[in-house]
Amino acid sequence: MSILSLKNVSKSFGALTVTDDVSFDVEPGQALGIIGPNGAGKSTLFNLITGNLMSDAGTIHFDGADVTHVPPMQRCLSGIGRSFQIPQPFDHLTVFENLLVAATHGQGKSEHEVEQECARILEQTEMADVANDPAGGLRLLQRKRLELARAMATNPKLLLLDEIAGGLTDAECTALIETIKGLHTSGVTIIWIEHVLHALTSVVERLLVLDFGKVIGLGDPDEIMNSREVKEIYLGIEV
Amino acid sequence: MSETSLYRVQTQTRASYSAGAVCIALIIVFILLPAFAGRGLIQDLFFIFTMLVLAQFWNLLAGYGGLVSVGQQAFVGMGAYAMFGGVILWGMDPVPAILLGGVAALIVAIPTAFFAFRLQGAYFAIGTWVIAEVMRLLVAQWKVLGGGTGTSLPRTATREMWATEWIQTTFDVRSAAARDILTYWLALALVIMTIAGIYWLLRTKRGLALAAVRDNVEAAKSVGVDAVRMKWLVYLVSAAGTGLTGALIYVQKVRISPDAAFSVTDWTAYVIFIVVIGGIGTIEGPILGVLIFFILQSLLADYGSWYLMVLGLIGIAVMLFAPRGLWGLISEKTGLQLFPVRRRLVVNAQSKTED
Ligand SMILES: Nc1ncnc2c1ncn2[C@@H]1O[C@H](COP(=O)(O)OP(=O)(O)O)[C@@H](O)[C@H]1O
Ligand SMILES: [Mg+2]
Repeated sequence: MSILSLKNVSKSFGALTVTDDVSFDVEPGQALGIIGPNGAGKSTLFNLITGNLMSDAGTIHFDGADVTHVPPMQRCLSGIGRSFQIPQPFDHLTVFENLLVAATHGQGKSEHEVEQECARILEQTEMADVANDPAGGLRLLQRKRLELARAMATNPKLLLLDEIAGGLTDAECTALIETIKGLHTSGVTIIWIEHVLHALTSVVERLLVLDFGKVIGLGDPDEIMNSREVKEIYLGIEV
Repeated sequence: MSETSLYRVQTQTRASYSAGAVCIALIIVFILLPAFAGRGLIQDLFFIFTMLVLAQFWNLLAGYGGLVSVGQQAFVGMGAYAMFGGVILWGMDPVPAILLGGVAALIVAIPTAFFAFRLQGAYFAIGTWVIAEVMRLLVAQWKVLGGGTGTSLPRTATREMWATEWIQTTFDVRSAAARDILTYWLALALVIMTIAGIYWLLRTKRGLALAAVRDNVEAAKSVGVDAVRMKWLVYLVSAAGTGLTGALIYVQKVRISPDAAFSVTDWTAYVIFIVVIGGIGTIEGPILGVLIFFILQSLLADYGSWYLMVLGLIGIAVMLFAPRGLWGLISEKTGLQLFPVRRRLVVNAQSKTED
């Protein structure tokens, strides 16, 4: 049975339809990549899956339950973790405290139970040296890492990553890929929106293409990348 | 666990241990003070303590919960009037009737929250003020409690008030002075419980959630924080605390009127001033703020409207040049934290040498 299932999901902002009758399934443990031009509705799709936005039509099932009308906090507790494309740190908390909030509330555990786990995630994401710095003072790159680290701290079954590789150096990108691969092998289901295609294709085994809110391709990454629609769309952004 | 942990979490600072010791010493001095101090000092301290409690609760609401209310006088007034109701209508002793003030404020806070939480930012502020005005007008219709002109606690009730006889004989004072000592002790107890309670809350995982909601609601929800529940929690807790304080203030004042008990200047404007100049979002801030406020008031009280203007100018200057208040400046310069809530991740020295 699939862990995530969207059926005919739609969302409009006024007259602008941003998610247009989207349906797809994700199997447990799978890594799915999402690509598409800016404004295609990728981030909106994430917001619909996490409940930060409510869909206008369609149904969303997660882990065997209908979550279409469930608020974001409960979706997190049931195992959906996310990063934001534009980092949204808790500015006045330290990096470590950002993770503590996520781990205690996202997993319903006590601070003591999650301390070591948070420390381990900070090491894994190379943020241990700024653990006690207020998150509001971080540079963009560290903010992006914090997004990943905080999402990991909720111990998700399904992890949604929104453009976390942009602007990284090659070495940093390799490290990031290793971290995500590690999560993937440990059994976490991953959906990753990314413009850095080589990073994406080195992890995911399926690729979904979104354009004007519609799914225009879904399948094996190599086939998708070589399809005519994708070449047409990506000629515009890649060059 | 067999493996030794590489990290541990530290929440105390050296300053906080000293602060704890100073606090305990101060509390002992304050408890014993009525034996030495004159009535004037006891009254001044009562004023400082009660304003500090109001400031701590407004700070919890605005500084931690992000709910900027200008209607806290609603709860001061309701608390005070509920206490009067208990005494005059049911013949209760004023001291237990103070608890009635807290309960009444809590009860009116529930329906008003449903209304106020639909409003955001400035609209929330205005909404809370409107609610307070409506309550003032309603209470002014309550003829048994003096209507618009107000009333006083019955003489029998104040003279036979709980514990005053014992205070009279022990300290050899008259009944009015004994009442001042009693309310002073109650205010002291309220300050201690308020600060200890808020400090405890901030050090639990709810405190972390509160800070997360204040900083970024959407992100907080996405990491499993129940943002709505946190809002309710701080709103109801500060309403109940403010109601208790209002009731206590009017046990000491003895005379009440709707205009005084629901005064936006006395119970909200001054309180905001205290929190803003002291430092919003910290426990230390309101403590420093209330001392500055008291000194300014003692110096300038004779100058009437000039006094209010000076307060306003100081408030604006602090907001412009020290947005985190005077305590913010101090702790930035010195790193001092008397009530630390930070969870610091530190490397265990022991496991480091084992590596
Ligand atoms: N809250 C919102 N209100 C109105 N329009 C929005 C909102 N969020 C996104 N949009 C619009 O929806 C479209 C898709 O946005 P988004 O999902 O962020 O695209 P992508 O992530 O694919 O770049 C854009 O045109 C954007 O301007
Ligand atoms: Mg996007």
